[in-house]
Amino acid sequence: MTIIPVEHYLIVAAALFCIGLAIAITKQHLIGILLGIELMLNAVNINLIAFSRHDPEKIGGQLFALFVIVVAAAEVTVALAIILRVYGHFRTVEPDRVDELKK
Amino acid sequence: MELAAFYGFSGLAIISALFILFSRNLIYAAFALFLAFLGVAALYVLAGADFLAVTQIMVYVGGILVLLIFGIMLTQKADKSAASTAPNRVIVSIKRQFWGFLVGTSLFVFLSYIIATSNFKMTGETNISRSTLKTIGVELMTSHLLPFEIAAILLLVALIGAAYLALNRNPAS
Repeated sequence: MTIIPVEHYLIVAAALFCIGLAIAITKQHLIGILLGIELMLNAVNINLIAFSRHDPEKIGGQLFALFVIVVAAAEVTVALAIILRVYGHFRTVEPDRVDELKK
Repeated sequence: MELAAFYGFSGLAIISALFILFSRNLIYAAFALFLAFLGVAALYVLAGADFLAVTQIMVYVGGILVLLIFGIMLTQKADKSAASTAPNRVIVSIKRQFWGFLVGTSLFVFLSYIIATSNFKMTGETNISRSTLKTIGVELMTSHLLPFEIAAILLLVALIGAAYLALNRNPAS
């Protein structure tokens, strides 16, 4: 049984994080930005779990990843509620055109 | 064998992430995100985190992705008449893409330089043949009890807050 070196996990996680960052900057839709943020959170979780392999007694990395998943779920529900309110108010989901708090 | 599976699943995750980056249709992007989440869950399994992989599939694919697709479908109706009144839209889009690619690639080069030049000294054996379920349960109920309870309160607050925010306060619309 071969052990995959931890650097491979780190490289994959770095690639996913950078693609998620590029998505969050590039997309012209508020939910597209949310997709990028979810991808970035997943990439961070890969790092935590890859390092948690070397700590099999008290798997702190996996527990931290579990709490990251909980916070991501809470974040995406509140963000979607806010996006739906913004869409009902401005009739658009383009972040460049939502530049006022009240219209 | 494991290495081939690792490269296959990480390639799946990265290719679907790139598809999200380049696709114009957000529904396709959401389904590509589904594939990326599955690839990441497979990477969790290969790293010996079986409970986290199942949690990933249940929470992300079963919950968050369905929620995101609902959000996309509820906000999908594009206002065609407003497109002609925004003359500088294309210019803004190209600028945004330029900065996105610049920041993404430069951060990736920086991170891979750090990873390639760092020298990790791992202590402790990598025992990944055992299920992590019992360890996670015991740790959550003993040394991580306070974060566990705070996470429960956070989920309750997020539930109430999201329901209150999404409430239709204007019955006429």
